[in-house]
Amino acid sequence: MPAVQETVDQVRSLDVDQYKYGFFTEIESEKAPKGLTEDTVRFISAKKDEPEWMLEWRLEAFRRWQTMPEPNWARVSYPPIDYQELYYYSAPKRKEALSIDDIDPEILATYEKLGIPLRERDALLGIQSGGSKVAVDAVFDSVSVATTFKEELSKAGVIFMPISEAVREYPELVRQYLGSVVPVTDNYFATLNSAVFSDGSFVYVPKGVRCPMELSTYFRINERNTGQFERTLIIADEGAYVSYLEGCTAPQRDENQLHAAVVELVALADAEIKYSTVQNWYPGDKDGKGGIYNFVTKRGDCRGDRSKISWTQVETGSAITWKYPSCILRGDNSQGEFYSIAISNGYQQVDSGTKMIHLGKNTSSRIISKGIAAGHSDNTYRGLVTAHRKATGARNFTNCDSLLIGDKCGAHTVPYIESKNSSAQFEHEATTSKISEDQLFYCRQRGLDPEEATALIVNGFVKDVLQQLPMEFAVEAQKLIAVSLEGSVG
Amino acid sequence: MAMLNIDNLHAKIDGDHGKEILKGLSLTVNPGEVHAIMGPNGSGKSTLSYILAGKEDYEVTDGSVSLDGEDLLEMEIDERAAKGVFLAFQYPIEVPGVATMTFLRSALNAQRKKRGEAEISTPDFLRLVKDKAANLGINQDMLRRGVNVGFSGGEKKRAEILQMAILEPKLCILDETDSGLDIDALKVVSEGVNALRSPDRAMIVITHYQRLLNHIVPDFVHVMHKGRIVRSGGKELALELEANGYAEYQQDAA
Ligand SMILES: Nc1ncnc2c1ncn2[C@@H]1O[C@H](COP(=O)(O)OP(=O)(O)O)[C@@H](O)[C@H]1O
Ligand SMILES: [Mg+2]
Repeated sequence: MPAVQETVDQVRSLDVDQYKYGFFTEIESEKAPKGLTEDTVRFISAKKDEPEWMLEWRLEAFRRWQTMPEPNWARVSYPPIDYQELYYYSAPKRKEALSIDDIDPEILATYEKLGIPLRERDALLGIQSGGSKVAVDAVFDSVSVATTFKEELSKAGVIFMPISEAVREYPELVRQYLGSVVPVTDNYFATLNSAVFSDGSFVYVPKGVRCPMELSTYFRINERNTGQFERTLIIADEGAYVSYLEGCTAPQRDENQLHAAVVELVALADAEIKYSTVQNWYPGDKDGKGGIYNFVTKRGDCRGDRSKISWTQVETGSAITWKYPSCILRGDNSQGEFYSIAISNGYQQVDSGTKMIHLGKNTSSRIISKGIAAGHSDNTYRGLVTAHRKATGARNFTNCDSLLIGDKCGAHTVPYIESKNSSAQFEHEATTSKISEDQLFYCRQRGLDPEEATALIVNGFVKDVLQQLPMEFAVEAQKLIAVSLEGSVG
Repeated sequence: MAMLNIDNLHAKIDGDHGKEILKGLSLTVNPGEVHAIMGPNGSGKSTLSYILAGKEDYEVTDGSVSLDGEDLLEMEIDERAAKGVFLAFQYPIEVPGVATMTFLRSALNAQRKKRGEAEISTPDFLRLVKDKAANLGINQDMLRRGVNVGFSGGEKKRAEILQMAILEPKLCILDETDSGLDIDALKVVSEGVNALRSPDRAMIVITHYQRLLNHIVPDFVHVMHKGRIVRSGGKELALELEANGYAEYQQDAA
């Protein structure tokens, strides 16, 4: 892993507390009026030129949401959110961009700064210098501003487009699957999302097709006091395969911002979906001021026999993370995986984990979670593994390791296990450790400074999960890990 | 000028009631010299090596240490390393998940950077490791494993010498490198160390037994006891100790 060296360089080149993506793009935007009413929902739906059924779906969600209490069971605390003080829709003002050259140069520059090439020829340059081909959907506040390699993908029959477009162009597909994994009524934040979701990606990979490149969506919150409610729907039809990456950043601001996304994955028989996230929302400053509230519902349905869904997440950002990417193992012999690295520093709070719901026969799941807590942060792994009555031969292996840096942070493991089938085999391992003084001394004796040494030890700790990420993302993630731990060692 | 000059060094365990371990130790080491430090267990040999490397568990209460005329005690741990101080640990530490290869490269580049040198290129690095590893009987598999994780006692010691060979330090401190080695491993390790002897490199070889000194022949032998050097001589002093043991010092202690 030569990336360690880059990690080290990265640490060097930045000062403590410097969130690299904290800049704001000066751009005129069009917003929905502040606050949330039925009119807001109608406004968003109209902006997106949605068919009637979509509006009805949203309104139903909105009415439902008004009757729901905000959940409080997670080990996180924050002052009450005033939902009427937020903007629910914000879009860069320029009219519909028909080609990449119509996109506001400010936005192009923003993504360039973030290292995301939106021009296909730039992306191709990157490939020539050793990278692999990745198609990108770029979501800026509430709208998708560009999607690359669409044509090439469509040759393979793969649909990859903003979900707002899919609602118009593939209404049957969207209608069939939207809300089929995360029902409208699922939970407070998912219901809110269902009412006001703005954009996100839609992917459909047809029968027997192996998606010819990695797909990725890059989310950026730019506007002030604006929530981002993205909605992603990925369907892998029988025997299909797709690998999808998600990245996110936001400007540095003193106030908290809400991000409540819903991601639904559907894998039909023999299909496989690999979903990777590198989450780097603004985490707040060193005193805990500002940062994103990341309240996300992600769920995959292994609907067909022998299907497989694998979640890999590297969570380094956000002031608060509330997120449990889960798998419903419905098909016989289906498999679910969850690989997670969750790093918290400063005053960040992370409550994250997964649910593996074994419904089918001989289903198996694997959970590897690495939590790293530094500073004054709190880091909780919360997991649920269940086997239903018919889940004969269900198997789960869970391994949760926590690493503490310093003595003002906390790590907690909350595993729930339920089995209604006596043949189910669930294994659980958990460890909590501290970076030892001896390890630091040893590394420093060999020439590494304290931050380099910490980054190296932590990278070793998370290696099993990093290996699950596509190559380019693994390198990114390593850098991010080092950056997010800055200032954590005296 | 001496490379290392330790003058009347007093040190105690850090903390209010820490006990004093080094009680006025003096030693001068010139480039090219190999000094053996022998002595009964508990006399403070490892403590001396840790203090030279900068471990934070100890407090120096008196005396001084200079490296090439600079105050060594003022330097950070990693700064000392970059200036060429290397400690081969008596008990090497495990760093799980970090491949030995990655560790070596990170360490080498960190030192080079601190010295204002360019990073080593990948092909050069691979060539360097291949050469040095082969001489020490270290295979590719070991280089891919986590640092010291699952290594046998002998493998750990060989890996320490490999690190030393790659980092090319100015001052090598070897703490009981012979402990836990069988005779064949002892030969391999000693050859590795001897290959590094050079007119501008100095070594301090700490050992309890004279056996190692048959293979790494020292220029000077010192006997350490109760935190002080109580006798110094040439290599024949080691043989005398071998014959008589440390009994006379231990009686002292009683
Ligand atoms: N970190 C420490 N804390 C407490 N006691 C220590 C520590 N380091 C060394 N000592 C004590 O100091 C004395 C010298 O130890 P050491 O330097 O390891 O001797 P040697 O290497 O010669 O066997 C011993 O009595 C040992 O128990
Ligand atoms: Mg010792």
